[in-house]
Amino acid sequence: MSDAGKIIAAAGLEQLVRLLRARGFEVWAAREQAEALSLQPIESAEDLPRGRIEAAEAGKVRLVASGRDAYFDHTLPMQGLKRLVSPPEERLFACGEDLVPHETPPAATPKAVIGARPCDLVALDTLTQVFQDGPQEDRRYRARREALFLVAVNCARPAATCFCSSMDTGPRAEAGYDLALTELYEPEAHGFLVEAGSAAGGELLEALEGEPASAADRQRALAVSEAAAAAMARAMPSDVEGLLKRAYEHPHWEAVAERCLACANCTMVCPTCFCGTVEDRSSLDGATAERWRRWDSCFTLDFSYIHGGAVRKETASRYRQWMTHKLAHWHDQFGRSGCVGCGRCIGWCPVGIDITAEAQALADALPAAKEA
Amino acid sequence: MRPKLAVWKFSSCDGCQLTLLDCEDELLALAERVEIAYFLEATRAELAGPYDISLVEGSISTAEELARIQEVRAQSRCLITIGACATAGGIQALRNTRDHEALKATVYARPEFIDALDTSTPIADHVPVDHQLYGCPIDRRQLLDTLLALLKGRQPLIPDHSQCVECKLQGTPCVVVTRGEPCLGPVTRAGCGNLCPRVGRGCYGCFGPKEAPNTAALAEQLLALGSDRHSLRDLFAGFTGGAPAFQKESQRHDA
Ligand code: SF4
Ligand code: SF4
Ligand code: SF4
Ligand code: SF4
Repeated sequence: MSDAGKIIAAAGLEQLVRLLRARGFEVWAAREQAEALSLQPIESAEDLPRGRIEAAEAGKVRLVASGRDAYFDHTLPMQGLKRLVSPPEERLFACGEDLVPHETPPAATPKAVIGARPCDLVALDTLTQVFQDGPQEDRRYRARREALFLVAVNCARPAATCFCSSMDTGPRAEAGYDLALTELYEPEAHGFLVEAGSAAGGELLEALEGEPASAADRQRALAVSEAAAAAMARAMPSDVEGLLKRAYEHPHWEAVAERCLACANCTMVCPTCFCGTVEDRSSLDGATAERWRRWDSCFTLDFSYIHGGAVRKETASRYRQWMTHKLAHWHDQFGRSGCVGCGRCIGWCPVGIDITAEAQALADALPAAKEA
Repeated sequence: MRPKLAVWKFSSCDGCQLTLLDCEDELLALAERVEIAYFLEATRAELAGPYDISLVEGSISTAEELARIQEVRAQSRCLITIGACATAGGIQALRNTRDHEALKATVYARPEFIDALDTSTPIADHVPVDHQLYGCPIDRRQLLDTLLALLKGRQPLIPDHSQCVECKLQGTPCVVVTRGEPCLGPVTRAGCGNLCPRVGRGCYGCFGPKEAPNTAALAEQLLALGSDRHSLRDLFAGFTGGAPAFQKESQRHDA
């Protein structure tokens, strides 16, 4: 009876990796590399950053010992699932002198990601809405997205930069996964509650060795999520959408611009930022040309270049564009927030600009919305 | 008729010209599309001007160069400066903010033999330039792409955004964030191919200031992370220390 999930031993992770590989998946997870976590292929559960945790704050992300040998005390790799479904650079087509474009047919290696976090699952859904569900479907995106098998991990120890509770995106995954793990790290037993979220996940769950989970087991897992939510140190102010829509001309944007480097790191680590630019390249003999897409950012000058010059020359207008799009206009455009509260932009900003703090500063400076 | 290409040298180390010779695999194919009309580093054969494309390496550092760059400009349809010397004055621009006579006396046994201007300045200070390739040295792929773009009549891809973008496209963890290491990447133009951060080292600013570089905010953060003022002065006075934004920031810490 796997509807209610299974309890597997900690060593069962190795079986999970094996089962996924046997089903033809390349298995990916956050790995420690160059003093940071990055999403990489793994061979075995041994490759997971067991016992590691991020000591994160604005402008600082350090991996340190978590003080116990849990597998998933860490949270997020520097960049999320976006790299897998919408790579930083990709060739869209090539053409010869006949000018007939030759597209690379969409194809994708099946990949299973172990340890996708609740916020990243929502971020993936947000990207899918942009690339796949709109009027212009990106067929490459769809192929990659459909080839993903997602093993979510419900967070036990949020990083200090996390604020998913206030964005309603975590720390417990509600949907968007094939399997969801909750790590139960208890003195008497170390294991996982495994729950299925799709038919493919259900099939895998059947194959995993373990015991059917009891109501008490599920209660223990819920307690992990509740403790994680309670430990969350940051929050986005409520009604940030309305707040930003009243703040277009606020002097606070200039104050942020004094500190902001317009370096684009925040957008490049954000799991929902989807903007790209296209670049043409030509071959040495001049006979063929290629069109490539690469990630772009609203923090670059070229981003707003139109005939006659760039529209957003000042850093203040670029920061405002970014934050207002994420937190306000995304609602108009896609009916949801463009921010999932992962906190990557806070940790990976070289000068530690904190989107929650900037929103709070605006909230403090602006009168509350009038009662209707 | 193939377009005629000329390569000129002013005050420089020849490293950027070498980048063209370094295009070993591509050089023959390139030579089929352009006629190498003047390139003393590669061949003694010289064809008379005018030239369709001129690559100009080096800074203006002597009175002779001051006159010669005007001739080069007059002979060139499209003039492209290549490298930190040509675009920012090079490391020889270190003298721009110091007493030149005193420097000469310190460095040379017979300073009276030195016939140089008091400043080393970029080419664009003297003549209009059509495109600039940055770096110390320039990037091979950027050079090739720029030549191919001109041959096709499209805009060359020369980004003016930060080196940080290159880090994130490559997936390189930030050395400032993970280790508190000084890095000029947030104020430096992309283009080198992420050479330093990729091996865990901060960016030295070889490609010069990006557009709208907020050097003051970066310097504040590096101070907070433990750099002292003298190391900041030196960091900003590196290969492109003659670029106004970097020169100004360096001087702010020269107390
Ligand atoms: S907010 Fe931070 S990461 Fe984003 S552009 Fe500004 S300085 Fe860079
Ligand atoms: S805006 Fe920041 S916190 Fe929100 S999703 Fe993007 S990176 Fe995460
Ligand atoms: S933001 Fe929430 S879901 Fe995302 S890693 Fe942090 S705790 Fe987990
Ligand atoms: S290592 Fe340097 S260039 Fe790379 S993201 Fe960090 S600050 Fe930017």
